[in-house]
Amino acid sequence: MSESRTDVVIVGGGLVGCAAALHLRSRGASVAVVEKNQLGAAASGVNFGGVRRNGRKLAELPIAARALAIWKRLPELVGSDCEYEITGNIKVARTDEHMDQIAAHAEAQAEYGVEVEMLGRNTLRDRYPWLGESALGAAYCATDGQANPRLVGPAFARAARAAGAMMVEHDGAQRVERDGSGFVVETESGRTLRGDTLINSSGAWGGRLAAQFGEPVEIWPMEPQMIVTEPAPYFMVPVLAVVGGDVYARQIPRGNVIFGGRSGTADLDVGFGKVHAEESLTTLARTIEIIPRIADLAVIRFWSGVEGCTEDHLPVLCPSRTTPGLVHAFGFSGHGFCLGPASGAVAAELALDGRSETPIEGFDIGRFDSP
Amino acid sequence: MNDDTPRVLIVGAGPAGTRAAEALVAHGVAPIVVDEGARSGGQIYRRPPAGFTRPAAALYGFEARKAQAVHATLDGLRERIDYRPNTLIWNIEGGVAQALGPDGIERIRFDALILATGAMDRVIPFPGWTLPGVFTMGGSQVALKAQGCAIGDPVVFMGTGPLLYLVAYQYVHAGARVAAVLDTSHLSQAIPVFPGLLWGGRTFAKGLWYMTWLRAAGIPVRGGITPVAAEGQSALEAVRYRDRRGREHRIACTGLGIGYSVKSEVQLAELAGCEMAFDPLAQQWLPQADVDGRAIEGSVYLAGDGAGVAGADAAEVRGRLAALALLADKDIATDRASQARLRAKLRRIMRFRNALERALPVPFHLARTLPDETVICRCEAITAGDIREGRALAPAEMNRAKAFTRVGMGRCQGRVCGPAAAQILAAARGCAVEDVGRLRGQAPVKPLSIRAGAEAAVEDRSRAASI
Ligand SMILES: Cc1cc2nc3c(=O)[nH]c(=O)nc-3n(C[C@H](O)[C@H](O)[C@H](O)COP(=O)(O)OP(=O)(O)OC[C@H]3O[C@@H](n4cnc5c(N)ncnc54)[C@H](O)[C@@H]3O)c2cc1C
Ligand SMILES: Cc1cc2nc3c(=O)[nH]c(=O)nc-3n(C[C@H](O)[C@H](O)[C@H](O)COP(=O)(O)OP(=O)(O)OC[C@H]3O[C@@H](n4cnc5c(N)ncnc54)[C@H](O)[C@@H]3O)c2cc1C
Repeated sequence: MSESRTDVVIVGGGLVGCAAALHLRSRGASVAVVEKNQLGAAASGVNFGGVRRNGRKLAELPIAARALAIWKRLPELVGSDCEYEITGNIKVARTDEHMDQIAAHAEAQAEYGVEVEMLGRNTLRDRYPWLGESALGAAYCATDGQANPRLVGPAFARAARAAGAMMVEHDGAQRVERDGSGFVVETESGRTLRGDTLINSSGAWGGRLAAQFGEPVEIWPMEPQMIVTEPAPYFMVPVLAVVGGDVYARQIPRGNVIFGGRSGTADLDVGFGKVHAEESLTTLARTIEIIPRIADLAVIRFWSGVEGCTEDHLPVLCPSRTTPGLVHAFGFSGHGFCLGPASGAVAAELALDGRSETPIEGFDIGRFDSP
Repeated sequence: MNDDTPRVLIVGAGPAGTRAAEALVAHGVAPIVVDEGARSGGQIYRRPPAGFTRPAAALYGFEARKAQAVHATLDGLRERIDYRPNTLIWNIEGGVAQALGPDGIERIRFDALILATGAMDRVIPFPGWTLPGVFTMGGSQVALKAQGCAIGDPVVFMGTGPLLYLVAYQYVHAGARVAAVLDTSHLSQAIPVFPGLLWGGRTFAKGLWYMTWLRAAGIPVRGGITPVAAEGQSALEAVRYRDRRGREHRIACTGLGIGYSVKSEVQLAELAGCEMAFDPLAQQWLPQADVDGRAIEGSVYLAGDGAGVAGADAAEVRGRLAALALLADKDIATDRASQARLRAKLRRIMRFRNALERALPVPFHLARTLPDETVICRCEAITAGDIREGRALAPAEMNRAKAFTRVGMGRCQGRVCGPAAAQILAAARGCAVEDVGRLRGQAPVKPLSIRAGAEAAVEDRSRAASI
């Protein structure tokens, strides 16, 4: 069977892996990506599509800022804007306590350059007359936006291939080992890929690969349940999120409202997210309290996807502690679509330089070690 | 009924579902029978809304007796079964069917399921098919049977399959003006399979009878044609087609019924966990089952056209067979001899069906060469060219094509456009249709009211996911 040797081998062709490949090519490194299914079609291809900094954990704000800069350059980098639009994001509070929470977070995130406008009940009602009674106030962030997840990962994959990356689809990595000269990856079809360094960007499956190198991380599969309606006249420009996370929604100019809020369970061995319609009925009930007018619409599809979640809901993005040349970039815990383009770039830098300018404290794999 | 009697849910009250219910009741099992329609009968024996008075002979022609028998059977069972009309099963998940009925959403728990969901029109798009005035063959028939009106004046019927002549006949019989019947198949294609067709006996004779009757009534009947376009400013004004020798013709009409036989309604079977396999004759992915309709032993059984199109007579037989298989799997004694007779009858019908499908082949190839600008997915206005190019990202299979172009992403979720889109994608990639896969099925199988869904929500089931 075929054998290859590249500077870097990437296991997992989601948005993170594909963005890393493109970044590596721009640095002149040779790279091969192995993806067990289709490139950019797992969590990266089925997610909600929110691209936001508002309400994000502070540790993620520096990398999110870098991501934002890349999102704006998509046409130049991957030949398409992937329907990325800066539409703003409103984080809505339904109780005074939640209002205090977002106000406090607004101050904290301002130190990282994320500006939000606090909206009281009346302003909120004036600007977004479609909001329901339960919305007390909100933090509005004008620089946030949304994109079409179905296009982004594949666009990075295509650009990486065009730039000379070897992109292997439908061929999972079965055995990954380190020998004297670097890493050896054997795939399901019997292919052998050798590389000096290895990036583990295998998403929800990243914990398994890390465990093989003696640094197990507990990863919980999470499975957000998504809902899409038939098209309706365009009324909702910003992405909407609610404190507590039980409702988030956006509308695309085509008219469909995409929303979600509940999660089920997933089986990593099966791979695909399985829909639990009962969970989504709960989301319907919660969502019509916030956006009453969608009660008159019909759902045309439920879907789901599998994402890997860590204990503290922050990713693992760091050099391995046990294995020189191994880089981890997985476990984005439900909010790594926005970060994806920058996470790939950081992983690429860690693979080539052993370090990155972008602050990634807080993402180290060692943080889970029991004291 | 004692406690260990299985709770059986039958989806569909057409000929298959009706006969399945009858057989279960005869063995002491009272099923729940759910149908989206207001009245039982299914597609072929669709009943007009209550209060309509057209006689059965006018509505069902040759099939009047069978239609009345199927209707009478379900009506007669109503005291003994839990019959729920106007109720859509929109999801099946873990032994529960989620239904939307007149009183909102209900959850129907079952031990075993008989899916008798029937078929829907198969559409092969062509330029202009989205103009007002163009209907499917089934839609044309529903207009006549359920509303007592014609789709235009005059009307042209175009496509192939037994329904083509039947519906044209029904229209003329009801007094509508039919300008022509245009068949993409040609009688010469029937000759090699003639022996098989003879198995159909009466059915085949009926088909020829309709055709002869139409000719005698002075209706132009053309075989071996190729559709070119439906034309009109804001609504249909004419249809253009090419004859066998390649000459183009134009017929003025305000109604055009198109149809290429029917395709199975398989979404619920997929959600219920049935294995799906590609059927080369139907060019469709079908849920797999044994001859009796046993798909998942002890839990899921398939009957009627939903498990591969075989027609109404077969649907009655398959309904009974599925019920007998279910009963046997639940250790309820059944009559082996009658099962054997039913199987033999089904074999005879299937021999005819296979010959018929060869005699009146569905011209799937027409989709493969449609002009780039032809709309394929009418919900999302996606053209053949969009699918071929994947809007710049070459898709390898159907779910990818959907992700890149939005084909099949609208209200019908690809039930209408999926087959043609698969042909186009396969042709563009130079591969077989089965190699481009199929659109993954997902609930709800038809659009679901958010208000109804919200009212049925059960709180505090599990954690919220913050993303
Ligand atoms: C339903 C849903 C909604 C979401 N909404 C948002 C949102 O609005 N905003 C946001 O920022 N984030 C969101 N997320 C999270 C976001 O999608 C992910 O964090 C992000 O896509 C992670 O990218 P990834 O490349 O790490 O993972 P993935 O896209 O899952 O890629 C990992 C890849 O690794 C492959 N792989 C695994 N094991 C192997 C192996 N052994 N060999 C080869 N390949 C392998 C997998 O097949 C997969 O393609 C959501 C996630 C889901 C599931
Ligand atoms: C529009 C149309 C017209 C036809 N006309 C003729 C004809 O004139 N002559 C002929 O020989 N054949 C005709 N056929 C073929 C015909 O479908 C079959 O021969 C016959 O009706 C098959 O019987 P069945 O019981 O399998 O399915 P059907 O008779 O189709 O019955 C299926 C039933 O299931 C119900 N159903 C489906 N999905 C759901 C769901 N999710 N929830 C609740 N209920 C559901 C439907 O409402 C329907 O009543 C027609 C087909 C179509 C689509």
